[in-house]
Amino acid sequence: MAAEQAAGIKPGKQIGKIGKPSNAAVGLRKKSKGARRRDLAFYLMLLPGVLILVINNYLPMIGVVIPFEDYRYNVNAGFFKSLFTSRFVGFQNFQFLFKSVDCITATVNTVAYNLVFIALDLIVPIALAICMSEMWNQKKANTYQTMMFLPYFISWSAVSYVAYAFLCNAGFIDKTVLPLLGMQNIDFYTKPGYWPAIIIFFHLWHYTGYNLIIYIAAISGISNEYYEAAALDGATKWQQIRYVTLPMLKTTAIILSLLAVGRIFNGDFDLFYNVPRNIPQIYSTTSIIDTFVYNELINLGDIGMSAAAGLYQATVGCVIVFLCNFVVRKADPDSALF
Amino acid sequence: MVNAINKKHLNVLAKSKNFEFNKVTARSNFTINLIFVLICILFLAPLILVVMVSFSSKESLDTYGYQFWPAAFDLKAYQYIFKYSYDLIHSYWNSIIVTSIGSITATSIIALYAYPLSRSNFQHRNGFAFFAFFTTIFGGGLVPWVFVYAQLLKINNSLLILIIPYLVNAWWIIIMRTFMKQSVPEDLVEAARIDGAGEFRIFFSVALPLCKAGLATIFLFCLVKFWNDYYLSLIFINDHHLYTIQYYLYSMLDNINYVLTSPNVPAEARRNLPSEGARMALAVIAVGPVVFSYPFFRKFFVKGIIVGAVKG
Repeated sequence: MAAEQAAGIKPGKQIGKIGKPSNAAVGLRKKSKGARRRDLAFYLMLLPGVLILVINNYLPMIGVVIPFEDYRYNVNAGFFKSLFTSRFVGFQNFQFLFKSVDCITATVNTVAYNLVFIALDLIVPIALAICMSEMWNQKKANTYQTMMFLPYFISWSAVSYVAYAFLCNAGFIDKTVLPLLGMQNIDFYTKPGYWPAIIIFFHLWHYTGYNLIIYIAAISGISNEYYEAAALDGATKWQQIRYVTLPMLKTTAIILSLLAVGRIFNGDFDLFYNVPRNIPQIYSTTSIIDTFVYNELINLGDIGMSAAAGLYQATVGCVIVFLCNFVVRKADPDSALF
Repeated sequence: MVNAINKKHLNVLAKSKNFEFNKVTARSNFTINLIFVLICILFLAPLILVVMVSFSSKESLDTYGYQFWPAAFDLKAYQYIFKYSYDLIHSYWNSIIVTSIGSITATSIIALYAYPLSRSNFQHRNGFAFFAFFTTIFGGGLVPWVFVYAQLLKINNSLLILIIPYLVNAWWIIIMRTFMKQSVPEDLVEAARIDGAGEFRIFFSVALPLCKAGLATIFLFCLVKFWNDYYLSLIFINDHHLYTIQYYLYSMLDNINYVLTSPNVPAEARRNLPSEGARMALAVIAVGPVVFSYPFFRKFFVKGIIVGAVKG
């Protein structure tokens, strides 16, 4: 009954919107039979996806109670029974978590690296995209872009090898570059000081080609007339970039950066796990919340601590996304995510 | 003679009017090209080094380390891994199975989910879009996620676990929906409906043939994602026989002496083991299919990324 009422209201709304009352009226009359069959077909199409989303994303959300208890899995009782019969311990796991130096290090690293990534992912691809758009030979530009996009497709376990080939004791840097410069060998995998630079390099190496595509598409969407008008008025190339290109890229840049700000609490597990190869000596500069959660669970088996860190990350991350969206909605409602 | 010079002069003028108006100077153009050549070298060098090391002889690696131009080339690393590594072939096979089944299933599920969302006369489309989108905002975290698969469904240590978690992806659904909105005109759907076609008939006979490019894009996204994945294996797989190529690769670097201790490697092979080169050869073999097919699928990825970015 309620559904039919809702269905009745919807075409009514469309009358005002589209301005085709006759069509909507036809839809209204047919709704009861044809529309219900159609909706059933739609629900059937959605079913497999909904099922996977429930298993993969919504069922684990019940698990937010795990950090508040001393979770013990009882094989005979099964998952749900274990979940609801484990001893409740309140905020004990969180107390341990926030006292642990490792967690604080991981949090600081996650946010600091992400801030650097946000800035670099803004500056580097935009600068490169502008350069590319000004090249005489656009075929060449396309070739460069193709080459720069390739690292995006190298699997992370292979990237680990790539880093290793440069940084290990027999690697290119220790055996070829440093002797040329007359310097001593560096044991990269035990010296945390070098890792921020290495991590940032591999981040740019992997993602620049991807971001470049977005900005090149945005630039090629700018009408040539703006540039011609500016040039006729005597604007130099720099002035054209400053007063035409950059303002036109603003929306894209803001949206991409906001998405990144919303994920500031989510580290790039693939990068931070594979490139430093999860070596404990260099955790001080390579540990992020994601690798911390993983190590606590898989390597140390501390379910409470790992679950607490995971929930802490998810909650703060979610709050930041909503905050971001709230701010955008205030400033520019069209750019808001939801 | 004079005529010819005049003509040439005119040509240059005409060219500058038509083609070189408002272009950067030749010097700037040269500088930009130079910068990009250097960047491309910087970007490709790491990959070239890995390939070169895989072709280096063991002696040259021991003496000079990893070099872009090794002192002596040989193919021992490849001969070795193809001769002795039963594990390699098995893990390659696992990767092929997971990638093909996973990509086909995932593309189907995503297309089925995206189609109702693209239809303006489906009144709950925003609700279902949010149902998918919400998963990118909040999640239960690693621990409950692992427990749902390992303790509730109990499918860890099976090939299923390498497929199911990646079957749905909110971003890809949004991209697919945009593709469908762009390439399936509402009028055509309406016409098919008036001709008596049911929704499934419309989906298969009208919508799908019209958005082949979208399907290809999502399918290629899936192929690369499944082929390159090591993460699910890292968390859920202990059984040797279920290793995928990427996880096999990971485990080789993770444990330097892996080959030396693996029961599948005969003692005779262990003695003359070109281990450093063999590992790099493994990396080449693992990323080879993606790199070689890259020129063919690049344009689909570019299209998909642009569609995704436009939607935000």
